[in-house]
Amino acid sequence: MTLDLPLIWAGLIALSVLVYVILDGFDLGIGILFPFVRSESGRDRMMNSVAPVWDGNQTWLVLGGGGLFAVFPLAYAVIMPALYAPIIVMLLALIFRGVAFEYRFKTRRGKFVWDASFAGGSMIATFAQGIALGALVHGVPVAGRAYAGGWWDWLTAFSVLTGIALVVGYALLGATWLVYKTEGELQEAAYRFAWITGTGTLALIGLVSLWTAFLNENYMARWFGWPQILYVIPVPLLVGACAVALFRGLSMKRQLLPFVASLGLFVLSFIGLLISFYPYIVPSSVTIWDAAAPHDSLSFILVGAAVLFPLILLYTVHAYWVFRGKVGASGGYR
Amino acid sequence: MDSFDALLLARIQFAFTLSAHIIFPAFSIGLASYLAVLNGLWLATGRGVYLSLFDYWKKIFAVAFGMGVVSGVVMTYQFGTNWSVFSDRTGPVLGPLLAYEVLAAFFLEAGFLGVMLFGRQRVGRSLHFFATLMVALGTLMSAFWILAANSWMHTPAGYAVNDAGQFVVTDWWAVIFNPSFPYRLVHMVLASYLTTAFVVGAVGAYHLLKTRALQLDNTEARTMFSMAMWMAALVAPLQILAGDLHGLNTLEHQPAKIAAMEGHFETRAGAPLILFGMPNQREEQTDYAISIPKLGSLILTHDPNGVVRGLKEWPEQERPPVAIVFWSFRVMMAIGFAMLGIGAWSLVLRYRRRLHDSPWMHRAVVLMGPSGFAALLAGWFTTEVGRQPYTVYGLMTTAESVSAIAAPAVAASLGTFVVVYFAIFGAGTFYIVRLMRTPAAQAERDLPADKPALVARLA
Repeated sequence: MTLDLPLIWAGLIALSVLVYVILDGFDLGIGILFPFVRSESGRDRMMNSVAPVWDGNQTWLVLGGGGLFAVFPLAYAVIMPALYAPIIVMLLALIFRGVAFEYRFKTRRGKFVWDASFAGGSMIATFAQGIALGALVHGVPVAGRAYAGGWWDWLTAFSVLTGIALVVGYALLGATWLVYKTEGELQEAAYRFAWITGTGTLALIGLVSLWTAFLNENYMARWFGWPQILYVIPVPLLVGACAVALFRGLSMKRQLLPFVASLGLFVLSFIGLLISFYPYIVPSSVTIWDAAAPHDSLSFILVGAAVLFPLILLYTVHAYWVFRGKVGASGGYR
Repeated sequence: MDSFDALLLARIQFAFTLSAHIIFPAFSIGLASYLAVLNGLWLATGRGVYLSLFDYWKKIFAVAFGMGVVSGVVMTYQFGTNWSVFSDRTGPVLGPLLAYEVLAAFFLEAGFLGVMLFGRQRVGRSLHFFATLMVALGTLMSAFWILAANSWMHTPAGYAVNDAGQFVVTDWWAVIFNPSFPYRLVHMVLASYLTTAFVVGAVGAYHLLKTRALQLDNTEARTMFSMAMWMAALVAPLQILAGDLHGLNTLEHQPAKIAAMEGHFETRAGAPLILFGMPNQREEQTDYAISIPKLGSLILTHDPNGVVRGLKEWPEQERPPVAIVFWSFRVMMAIGFAMLGIGAWSLVLRYRRRLHDSPWMHRAVVLMGPSGFAALLAGWFTTEVGRQPYTVYGLMTTAESVSAIAAPAVAASLGTFVVVYFAIFGAGTFYIVRLMRTPAAQAERDLPADKPALVARLA
């Protein structure tokens, strides 16, 4: 038997997107929480808690885009024009927040500008990502080998809801990351943020999931049909378990558990999405196999990926290890 | 008419966002290598001046690199948003090259950047040096893969076309090492090094001028100026040689581009070298040409009576826009030769031991500080506009490549990009210039002299 390369690559691209969401998720979340921390030193520590790693986190977004172009060029060529406005807005917002890391510590007078740029950029980028996700779940019409919808199709009540959900969700990741990385007053504030955003995230996960099922028959059959429901029921059950772990961790003032539980919520929500999407890569228009590049292209990158993925993992873990522990007043930018 | 407008706007947006982007990676390719050299010299000699220069340029690198990252993410997605037909058809060939760039280069840079910027105290000197080397290696690998992809668009090789109209690969080796790739890679990496050398030299020269009257210790400024001038003296002639070879390669594979660069409309033996003139695409002639007889043929064919093909050999719709190619080529050449002149001048001064004591030289180098960026952009304009009307040379036109996008959508995004880029990268450039105006901190201490530094490091 031969390997099902398109399926393997769909898995790898999905993994890249998931890694992006949880890694950049918490540093975008830091930006979303920025306006709610007033003290200068608190903000400096928030920023320094992600300064050494944010660039690596964002590289997964480049891999998501570049990887899609490489292995599913048709999906890339359809999805990007379909999501034109949210993608462009996200890119612009990411510029504002990305440069803030450097600029903010280069000026005293103009610091407030880059505070706003960091917070606003993070929030808008996240909202745009959530909208893009919602629009994708909603479905993308295709004719021939091109997008066949209108320029405002991405804007629906559902996509606005997913946008809000992602902002709240990333804020939860950011808050629990802060719980893990900081101490004292800032950590106390982070616990409070985590309670609020944790409650919000769970409510929104429930709302989005239910609404998704009613968007089209495939989704409904996958989640509520018999006997499929037996296969998918572990997902909501595990979400419940993560919720318990999160809130227990918060009330017991645990350091790491709330962050891990929040990551669990994201992983499970993502798995839920994959279950809904499969076998489509562009819901309900283009399947994984329709969109895949020819076999030679897939195998050519797979060889490199097999060598490079473990290496990347190794030095990413190394970078996190080097900057382990609580962020103090020193280290990072000053 | 609507689709034509959208096409034009999409082209302007691509040219604008790419031009703004390329400035930063070009600078960080050169600067990352320079930082690796400084770090290595510090470890090898133990002289504190190298550490203080490392810390100085590290800050500037961080800002430039950050701007490169954020403007680069835009490029990854813009292929899909504005050039989706191109993406669909070339994806199987170009996609893997870009994926390799991400996997092999971007992650390497990002994984070690934090350690390089913030981690010296945490990881120790050797591992910190290793991180610096990895960042430098990452920038070079990034250049390798992106230029392989770009070169394939100029000189496609190793491909076939499938039923869906997609380019598919028959030979990866031929795709990557396509005919123009080695020349373009060398030319671009040398350009990055030269550009960076002139920036470093200008900063050194500026501080030499400022400290001249004050009799201050300016070891840092002298060291960076001297290092930069070695680079100018050595790399500028190499770059001109590399450029000439690249030009001959272009003559072989894209003769219409050469005809536009030279301003030749007529095919003839013993063609002149046109120094200046006004290419007139409508009348199909170069007006007011100042030229040197036979030199054009001599340079291009290495024979004073060799035949050089003119633009009239190609139907009008297959010619690139002549004036842009003609002029940007001349801007690049002029700067290249000015750099060569500075390099030669520095050798004379160095021989006379007056390199650090020649205000006119220092003023000239300050003036030349940003010239590398201008040459770089002019060079890219020459080669990319010279590829028109194709995206994949001879196989796929630019008009075929564009997404079915509405002009107002592109106009809106283009307008926003222009405003945001000028504001954000303007601010970044302001902060970089401010960092450059501050003198480098003076070396606090050299490494202990009792044992050779390198041995101490490795023991």
